[in-house]
Amino acid sequence: MTDTIQHHLSDALLMAYSAGTLPEAFSLTVAAHVSMCDECRARLGAFDTVGGALIEQTETVQMAEDSFEATMARINNAEPEPQARPVRRGGLLPAPLQDYVGGDLDAIQWKPIGMGVKQAILPTSRDATARLLYIPAGAAVPDHGHRGTELTLVLQGAFADEVDRFGPGDIEIANEDLDHTPVAEAGADCICLAATDAPLRFRSLIPRIAQPFLRI
Amino acid sequence: MYTEVDTLDSPNLGMPPGHHGGARPDAVRRRKCATQMTQSADTIDWAQIIARVRDDKDKQAFAILFEHFAPRVKAFLMRSGADPSMAEECAQEVMATLWQKAHLFDPARASASTWIFTIARNRRIDAIRKQKRPDPEDLPWGPEEEPDQADILVLQQESEKLGEAIASLPDKQKELIEKAYFGDLSHSEIAAETGLPLGTIKSRIRLALDRLRHAMK
Repeated sequence: MTDTIQHHLSDALLMAYSAGTLPEAFSLTVAAHVSMCDECRARLGAFDTVGGALIEQTETVQMAEDSFEATMARINNAEPEPQARPVRRGGLLPAPLQDYVGGDLDAIQWKPIGMGVKQAILPTSRDATARLLYIPAGAAVPDHGHRGTELTLVLQGAFADEVDRFGPGDIEIANEDLDHTPVAEAGADCICLAATDAPLRFRSLIPRIAQPFLRI
Repeated sequence: MYTEVDTLDSPNLGMPPGHHGGARPDAVRRRKCATQMTQSADTIDWAQIIARVRDDKDKQAFAILFEHFAPRVKAFLMRSGADPSMAEECAQEVMATLWQKAHLFDPARASASTWIFTIARNRRIDAIRKQKRPDPEDLPWGPEEEPDQADILVLQQESEKLGEAIASLPDKQKELIEKAYFGDLSHSEIAAETGLPLGTIKSRIRLALDRLRHAMK
Protein backbone atom coordinates (compact mmCIF):
# COMPACT_ATOMS: atom_id res chain seq x y z
CA MET A 1 0.00 0.00 0.00
CA THR A 2 2.66 2.39 1.10
CA ASP A 3 4.29 2.61 -2.39
CA THR A 4 1.11 3.43 -4.28
CA ILE A 5 0.13 6.49 -2.24
CA GLN A 6 0.18 9.66 -4.36
CA HIS A 7 -1.33 12.27 -2.04
CA HIS A 8 0.43 12.93 1.25
CA LEU A 9 0.08 15.08 4.36
CA SER A 10 1.30 18.69 4.25
CA ASP A 11 4.29 19.87 6.29
CA ALA A 12 1.97 22.13 8.31
CA LEU A 13 -0.25 19.21 9.34
CA LEU A 14 2.70 16.98 10.18
CA MET A 15 4.35 19.71 12.23
CA ALA A 16 1.12 20.50 14.10
CA TYR A 17 0.56 16.77 14.76
CA SER A 18 4.14 16.45 16.00
CA ALA A 19 3.65 19.51 18.20
CA GLY A 20 0.38 18.04 19.48
CA THR A 21 -1.80 21.03 18.62
CA LEU A 22 -4.30 19.50 16.18
CA PRO A 23 -7.94 18.89 17.10
CA GLU A 24 -8.50 15.23 17.96
CA ALA A 25 -10.42 14.50 14.71
CA PHE A 26 -7.46 15.77 12.65
CA SER A 27 -4.95 13.88 14.80
CA LEU A 28 -6.93 10.70 14.18
CA THR A 29 -6.82 11.29 10.41
CA VAL A 30 -3.08 12.03 10.45
CA ALA A 31 -2.42 8.94 12.63
CA ALA A 32 -4.48 6.79 10.23
CA HIS A 33 -2.60 8.08 7.15
CA VAL A 34 0.81 7.66 8.83
CA SER A 35 -0.17 4.09 9.71
CA MET A 36 -0.60 3.43 5.97
CA CYS A 37 2.29 5.55 4.60
CA ASP A 38 5.97 5.00 5.50
CA GLU A 39 6.98 8.17 3.64
CA CYS A 40 4.86 10.32 5.96
CA ARG A 41 5.92 8.21 8.96
CA ALA A 42 9.53 9.15 8.16
CA ARG A 43 8.61 12.81 7.62
CA LEU A 44 6.80 12.78 10.97
CA GLY A 45 9.96 11.32 12.54
CA ALA A 46 11.88 14.30 11.13
CA PHE A 47 9.39 16.74 12.68
CA ASP A 48 9.60 14.90 16.02
CA THR A 49 13.38 15.34 15.78
CA VAL A 50 12.80 19.11 15.60
CA GLY A 51 10.82 18.84 18.85
CA GLY A 52 13.68 16.88 20.39
CA ALA A 53 16.17 19.55 19.32
CA LEU A 54 14.00 22.25 20.90
CA ILE A 55 13.83 20.30 24.19
CA GLU A 56 17.62 19.97 24.06
CA GLN A 57 18.08 23.69 23.40
CA THR A 58 15.43 25.10 25.68
CA GLU A 59 16.39 26.86 28.90
CA THR A 60 16.18 24.63 31.98
CA VAL A 61 13.96 25.03 35.03
CA GLN A 62 15.24 23.57 38.27
CA MET A 63 13.31 20.57 39.57
CA ALA A 64 12.04 20.47 43.16
CA GLU A 65 14.57 19.28 45.75
CA ASP A 66 13.00 15.86 46.36
CA SER A 67 12.09 15.41 42.72
CA PHE A 68 14.26 12.41 41.92
CA GLU A 69 13.09 10.46 44.97
CA ALA A 70 9.48 11.40 44.23
CA THR A 71 9.91 10.09 40.67
CA MET A 72 11.45 6.82 41.91
CA ALA A 73 8.45 6.48 44.25
CA ARG A 74 6.10 6.97 41.27
CA ILE A 75 7.96 4.24 39.39
CA ASN A 76 7.85 1.83 42.33
CA ASN A 77 4.15 2.44 42.96
CA ALA A 78 3.06 2.21 39.34
CA GLU A 79 1.21 -0.75 37.92
CA PRO A 80 3.19 -2.44 35.14
CA GLU A 81 2.37 -0.60 31.87
CA PRO A 82 0.30 -2.47 29.36
CA GLN A 83 1.46 -2.04 25.75
CA ALA A 84 -0.33 1.23 25.12
CA ARG A 85 0.45 1.87 21.49
CA PRO A 86 -2.07 0.64 18.96
CA VAL A 87 -1.16 -2.55 17.14
CA ARG A 88 -3.10 -3.75 14.10
CA ARG A 89 -5.23 -6.82 14.62
CA GLY A 90 -5.75 -7.58 10.94
CA GLY A 91 -8.60 -6.14 8.91
CA LEU A 92 -8.83 -3.10 6.65
CA LEU A 93 -8.83 -0.19 9.11
CA PRO A 94 -5.55 1.19 10.49
CA ALA A 95 -5.15 0.49 14.23
CA PRO A 96 -5.97 4.01 15.50
CA LEU A 97 -9.29 3.86 13.62
CA GLN A 98 -10.02 0.38 14.94
CA ASP A 99 -9.67 1.86 18.42
CA TYR A 100 -12.38 4.46 17.70
CA VAL A 101 -14.70 2.05 15.88
CA GLY A 102 -14.24 -0.74 18.39
CA GLY A 103 -13.33 -3.23 15.66
CA ASP A 104 -12.96 -3.36 11.89
CA LEU A 105 -15.42 -2.63 9.04
CA ASP A 106 -18.14 -4.92 10.39
CA ALA A 107 -18.20 -2.99 13.68
CA ILE A 108 -19.00 0.38 12.05
CA GLN A 109 -22.51 1.65 12.88
CA TRP A 110 -23.53 3.19 9.55
CA LYS A 111 -26.39 5.72 9.26
CA PRO A 112 -27.84 6.35 5.78
CA ILE A 113 -27.71 10.00 4.66
CA GLY A 114 -29.34 9.64 1.24
CA MET A 115 -28.54 8.38 -2.26
CA GLY A 116 -26.90 5.27 -0.86
CA VAL A 117 -24.28 7.28 1.00
CA LYS A 118 -23.80 6.29 4.66
CA GLN A 119 -21.80 7.83 7.49
CA ALA A 120 -20.63 7.02 11.01
CA ILE A 121 -19.54 9.89 13.26
CA LEU A 122 -16.64 8.98 15.53
CA PRO A 123 -16.44 10.18 19.14
CA THR A 124 -13.85 12.99 19.24
CA SER A 125 -13.57 16.38 20.92
CA ARG A 126 -15.99 18.95 19.52
CA ASP A 127 -13.47 21.36 17.96
CA ALA A 128 -13.56 19.20 14.83
CA THR A 129 -15.58 16.25 13.54
CA ALA A 130 -14.39 12.89 12.23
CA ARG A 131 -16.72 10.66 10.24
CA LEU A 132 -16.44 7.52 8.20
CA LEU A 133 -18.18 7.81 4.81
CA TYR A 134 -19.46 4.95 2.70
CA ILE A 135 -20.01 5.95 -0.93
CA PRO A 136 -21.36 3.24 -3.27
CA ALA A 137 -19.26 2.75 -6.40
CA GLY A 138 -20.28 5.39 -8.96
CA ALA A 139 -22.20 7.57 -6.46
CA ALA A 140 -21.40 11.21 -5.67
CA VAL A 141 -21.17 13.21 -2.45
CA PRO A 142 -23.22 16.41 -2.98
CA ASP A 143 -21.25 19.41 -4.33
CA HIS A 144 -19.87 21.28 -1.33
CA GLY A 145 -17.38 23.91 -0.19
CA HIS A 146 -15.57 24.32 3.12
CA ARG A 147 -15.33 27.06 5.71
CA GLY A 148 -12.31 25.54 7.40
CA THR A 149 -10.18 22.55 6.49
CA GLU A 150 -11.46 19.15 5.36
CA LEU A 151 -9.17 16.10 5.34
CA THR A 152 -10.37 13.05 3.42
CA LEU A 153 -8.44 9.78 3.69
CA VAL A 154 -9.37 6.91 1.39
CA LEU A 155 -9.49 3.54 3.16
CA GLN A 156 -11.04 1.43 0.38
CA GLY A 157 -11.99 2.03 -3.27
CA ALA A 158 -11.27 5.42 -4.82
CA PHE A 159 -12.92 8.72 -5.65
CA ALA A 160 -12.22 11.49 -8.12
CA ASP A 161 -13.10 15.15 -7.91
CA GLU A 162 -12.16 18.41 -9.64
CA VAL A 163 -8.62 18.08 -8.21
CA ASP A 164 -7.49 14.52 -8.92
CA ARG A 165 -8.09 10.84 -8.29
CA PHE A 166 -7.65 9.55 -4.74
CA GLY A 167 -7.02 5.85 -4.05
CA PRO A 168 -6.37 3.82 -0.89
CA GLY A 169 -4.09 5.68 1.54
CA ASP A 170 -4.35 8.96 -0.38
CA ILE A 171 -5.36 12.04 1.58
CA GLU A 172 -7.05 15.12 0.13
CA ILE A 173 -6.55 18.39 2.00
CA ALA A 174 -9.31 20.87 1.10
CA ASN A 175 -9.67 24.43 2.36
CA GLU A 176 -12.12 27.26 1.74
CA ASP A 177 -10.85 27.74 -1.84
CA LEU A 178 -12.16 24.35 -2.97
CA ASP A 179 -15.71 23.51 -4.06
CA HIS A 180 -15.82 19.89 -5.09
CA THR A 181 -18.08 16.96 -5.91
CA PRO A 182 -16.26 13.73 -5.04
CA VAL A 183 -17.51 10.78 -7.13
CA ALA A 184 -16.70 7.21 -6.14
CA GLU A 185 -15.04 5.13 -8.87
CA ALA A 186 -16.63 2.04 -10.34
CA GLY A 187 -15.39 -1.14 -8.68
CA ALA A 188 -15.23 -1.42 -4.90
CA ASP A 189 -17.49 0.86 -2.84
CA CYS A 190 -15.49 3.77 -1.46
CA ILE A 191 -14.87 4.07 2.28
CA CYS A 192 -13.23 7.27 3.57
CA LEU A 193 -12.38 8.96 6.81
CA ALA A 194 -13.27 12.67 6.65
CA ALA A 195 -12.38 15.28 9.26
CA THR A 196 -13.64 18.88 9.25
CA ASP A 197 -13.12 21.78 11.63
CA ALA A 198 -16.19 23.71 10.35
CA PRO A 199 -19.51 22.64 8.82
CA LEU A 200 -19.46 21.96 5.07
CA ARG A 201 -21.28 24.37 2.71
CA PHE A 202 -23.55 22.58 0.28
CA ARG A 203 -24.46 24.16 -3.05
CA SER A 204 -27.95 22.75 -3.42
CA LEU A 205 -30.94 23.18 -1.16
CA ILE A 206 -31.83 19.63 -0.13
CA PRO A 207 -28.52 18.74 1.58
CA ARG A 208 -28.53 22.21 3.17
CA ILE A 209 -31.93 21.56 4.76
CA ALA A 210 -30.85 18.09 5.86
CA GLN A 211 -27.53 19.34 7.26
CA PRO A 212 -28.58 20.17 10.85
CA PHE A 213 -30.19 16.74 11.25
CA LEU A 214 -27.30 14.82 9.75
CA ARG A 215 -24.55 16.80 11.47
CA ILE A 216 -22.60 17.04 8.24
CA MET B 1 24.70 8.72 43.16
CA TYR B 2 24.17 12.37 42.62
CA THR B 3 27.81 13.29 43.21
CA GLU B 4 28.76 11.52 40.01
CA VAL B 5 25.96 13.12 38.10
CA ASP B 6 26.59 16.64 39.29
CA THR B 7 29.74 16.96 37.26
CA LEU B 8 27.85 16.34 34.04
CA ASP B 9 25.40 19.16 34.04
CA SER B 10 23.94 20.88 37.04
CA PRO B 11 20.41 22.18 36.43
CA ASN B 12 21.55 25.76 36.91
CA LEU B 13 24.46 25.58 34.55
CA GLY B 14 24.25 28.07 31.76
CA MET B 15 21.68 30.28 33.43
CA PRO B 16 23.64 32.57 35.76
CA PRO B 17 22.30 36.06 35.14
CA GLY B 18 24.64 38.20 33.11
CA HIS B 19 27.07 35.36 32.54
CA HIS B 20 27.27 36.02 28.83
CA GLY B 21 27.17 39.80 29.06
CA GLY B 22 24.15 41.68 30.39
CA ALA B 23 23.60 43.67 27.21
CA ARG B 24 22.32 40.73 25.20
CA PRO B 25 18.59 40.24 24.78
CA ASP B 26 17.24 37.23 26.65
CA ALA B 27 16.58 35.10 23.60
CA VAL B 28 20.14 35.42 22.37
CA ARG B 29 21.62 34.67 25.75
CA ARG B 30 19.45 31.60 26.04
CA ARG B 31 20.56 30.29 22.68
CA LYS B 32 24.23 30.69 23.43
CA CYS B 33 23.77 28.79 26.69
CA ALA B 34 21.77 26.12 24.92
CA THR B 35 24.56 25.50 22.44
CA GLN B 36 27.05 25.08 25.25
CA MET B 37 24.81 22.64 27.07
CA THR B 38 24.25 20.60 23.93
CA GLN B 39 27.98 20.29 23.49
CA SER B 40 28.54 19.22 27.09
CA ALA B 41 25.89 16.53 26.64
CA ASP B 42 27.36 15.36 23.32
CA THR B 43 29.81 13.08 25.03
CA ILE B 44 27.02 11.03 26.61
CA ASP B 45 25.70 8.05 24.66
CA TRP B 46 22.04 8.44 25.57
CA ALA B 47 20.92 5.35 23.67
CA GLN B 48 23.28 3.27 25.78
CA ILE B 49 22.05 4.93 29.00
CA ILE B 50 18.43 4.18 28.08
CA ALA B 51 19.44 0.59 27.29
CA ARG B 52 20.85 0.30 30.84
CA VAL B 53 17.54 1.50 32.26
CA ARG B 54 15.68 -0.94 30.02
CA ASP B 55 17.86 -4.02 30.58
CA ASP B 56 19.16 -3.59 34.12
CA LYS B 57 16.68 -1.19 35.76
CA ASP B 58 19.87 0.78 36.41
CA LYS B 59 19.00 3.58 38.84
CA GLN B 60 22.32 5.31 38.31
CA ALA B 61 21.82 5.51 34.55
CA PHE B 62 18.32 6.81 35.20
CA ALA B 63 19.74 9.53 37.45
CA ILE B 64 21.94 10.73 34.57
CA LEU B 65 18.89 10.92 32.29
CA PHE B 66 16.91 12.67 35.01
CA GLU B 67 19.57 15.26 35.71
CA HIS B 68 19.81 16.25 32.06
CA PHE B 69 16.24 15.92 30.81
CA ALA B 70 13.87 16.60 33.73
CA PRO B 71 14.75 20.34 33.95
CA ARG B 72 14.30 20.62 30.17
CA VAL B 73 10.98 18.81 30.18
CA LYS B 74 9.81 21.08 33.01
CA ALA B 75 10.86 24.17 31.05
CA PHE B 76 9.13 22.84 27.92
CA LEU B 77 5.89 22.31 29.87
CA MET B 78 6.06 25.77 31.42
CA ARG B 79 6.65 27.38 28.02
CA SER B 80 3.60 25.45 26.84
CA GLY B 81 1.42 27.06 29.50
CA ALA B 82 1.73 24.87 32.62
CA ASP B 83 2.20 26.57 35.98
CA PRO B 84 5.34 25.57 37.93
CA SER B 85 3.69 23.01 40.22
CA MET B 86 1.86 21.29 37.36
CA ALA B 87 5.04 21.35 35.26
CA GLU B 88 6.97 19.75 38.15
CA GLU B 89 4.39 17.01 38.55
CA CYS B 90 4.12 16.35 34.81
CA ALA B 91 7.91 16.33 34.40
CA GLN B 92 8.14 13.67 37.13
CA GLU B 93 5.46 11.65 35.33
CA VAL B 94 7.33 12.00 32.03
CA MET B 95 10.53 10.76 33.65
CA ALA B 96 8.67 7.83 35.25
CA THR B 97 7.25 7.00 31.80
CA LEU B 98 10.82 6.89 30.41
CA TRP B 99 11.63 4.19 32.93
CA GLN B 100 8.47 2.22 32.23
CA LYS B 101 8.62 2.48 28.43
CA ALA B 102 12.37 2.18 27.92
CA HIS B 103 11.71 -1.03 25.94
CA LEU B 104 9.80 1.00 23.31
CA PHE B 105 12.73 3.30 22.49
CA ASP B 106 14.08 2.65 18.98
CA PRO B 107 17.41 4.47 18.52
CA ALA B 108 17.37 3.77 14.75
CA ARG B 109 14.31 5.98 14.38
CA ALA B 110 14.66 8.60 17.13
CA SER B 111 17.34 10.18 19.27
CA ALA B 112 16.85 10.17 23.05
CA SER B 113 15.78 13.83 23.09
CA THR B 114 13.30 13.15 20.26
CA TRP B 115 11.78 10.23 22.13
CA ILE B 116 11.60 12.22 25.35
CA PHE B 117 10.00 15.12 23.48
CA THR B 118 7.22 12.82 22.24
CA ILE B 119 6.52 11.60 25.78
CA ALA B 120 6.51 15.16 27.18
CA ARG B 121 4.24 16.30 24.35
CA ASN B 122 1.77 13.49 25.01
CA ARG B 123 1.71 14.36 28.71
CA ARG B 124 1.07 18.01 27.83
CA ILE B 125 -1.88 17.09 25.59
CA ASP B 126 -3.34 14.86 28.34
CA ALA B 127 -2.80 17.12 31.30
CA ILE B 128 -2.95 20.64 29.91
CA ARG B 129 -5.04 20.47 26.75
CA LYS B 130 -7.23 17.63 28.10
CA GLN B 131 -7.35 16.20 24.62
CA LYS B 132 -6.63 12.84 23.08
CA ARG B 133 -3.99 12.40 20.38
CA PRO B 134 -4.31 9.05 18.62
CA ASP B 135 -0.93 7.49 17.78
CA PRO B 136 -0.11 5.79 14.48
CA GLU B 137 -0.05 2.03 14.38
CA ASP B 138 3.09 0.70 16.04
CA LEU B 139 5.89 -0.82 13.95
CA PRO B 140 7.99 -2.68 16.53
CA TRP B 141 11.09 -4.74 15.84
CA GLY B 142 10.35 -8.43 16.26
CA PRO B 143 12.12 -10.58 18.90
CA GLU B 144 14.77 -11.78 16.40
CA GLU B 145 15.43 -8.53 14.59
CA GLU B 146 17.25 -5.55 15.99
CA PRO B 147 18.06 -2.14 14.56
CA ASP B 148 21.40 -1.88 12.81
CA GLN B 149 24.19 -0.30 14.93
CA ALA B 150 25.45 1.77 11.97
CA ASP B 151 21.92 3.12 11.42
CA ILE B 152 21.72 4.10 15.07
CA LEU B 153 25.00 5.98 14.95
CA VAL B 154 24.15 7.88 11.76
CA LEU B 155 20.72 8.80 13.10
CA GLN B 156 22.20 10.19 16.31
CA GLN B 157 24.69 12.25 14.29
CA GLU B 158 22.02 13.56 11.93
CA SER B 159 19.80 14.51 14.87
CA GLU B 160 22.66 16.54 16.33
CA LYS B 161 23.27 18.22 12.97
CA LEU B 162 19.61 19.16 12.73
CA GLY B 163 19.80 20.61 16.23
CA GLU B 164 22.77 22.74 15.18
CA ALA B 165 20.93 23.87 12.04
CA ILE B 166 17.92 24.93 14.13
CA ALA B 167 20.14 26.77 16.61
CA SER B 168 21.67 28.77 13.76
CA LEU B 169 18.37 29.72 12.09
CA PRO B 170 17.57 33.44 11.90
CA ASP B 171 15.82 34.55 15.11
CA LYS B 172 12.47 35.24 13.46
CA GLN B 173 12.28 31.83 11.84
CA LYS B 174 13.34 30.04 14.99
CA GLU B 175 10.71 31.90 17.00
CA LEU B 176 7.99 30.70 14.60
CA ILE B 177 9.12 27.10 14.97
CA GLU B 178 9.23 27.43 18.76
CA LYS B 179 5.74 28.92 18.74
CA ALA B 180 4.46 25.99 16.70
CA TYR B 181 6.00 23.43 19.09
CA PHE B 182 5.08 25.22 22.30
CA GLY B 183 1.46 25.24 21.15
CA ASP B 184 1.01 28.90 20.17
CA LEU B 185 0.20 28.30 16.49
CA SER B 186 -2.67 26.36 14.92
CA HIS B 187 -1.99 24.17 11.88
CA SER B 188 -3.47 26.80 9.57
CA GLU B 189 -1.10 29.40 11.03
CA ILE B 190 1.99 27.27 10.37
CA ALA B 191 3.74 28.47 7.23
CA ALA B 192 3.59 26.16 4.22
CA GLU B 193 7.38 26.48 3.87
CA THR B 194 9.07 25.88 7.21
CA GLY B 195 12.58 26.27 5.79
CA LEU B 196 13.78 23.43 8.04
CA PRO B 197 16.48 21.16 6.54
CA LEU B 198 14.66 17.87 7.18
CA GLY B 199 15.61 15.90 4.04
CA THR B 200 18.56 13.96 5.42
CA ILE B 201 17.01 12.92 8.72
CA LYS B 202 13.84 11.88 6.88
CA SER B 203 15.87 9.69 4.50
CA ARG B 204 17.65 8.02 7.45
CA ILE B 205 14.38 7.22 9.20
CA ARG B 206 12.91 5.99 5.92
CA LEU B 207 15.87 3.64 5.50
CA ALA B 208 15.32 2.24 9.00
CA LEU B 209 11.61 1.74 8.21
CA ASP B 210 12.48 -0.08 4.97
CA ARG B 211 14.81 -2.42 6.89
CA LEU B 212 12.09 -3.01 9.46
CA ARG B 213 9.51 -3.80 6.74
CA HIS B 214 11.99 -6.18 5.16
CA ALA B 215 12.57 -7.89 8.52
CA MET B 216 8.80 -8.24 9.06
CA LYS B 217 8.32 -10.18 5.80
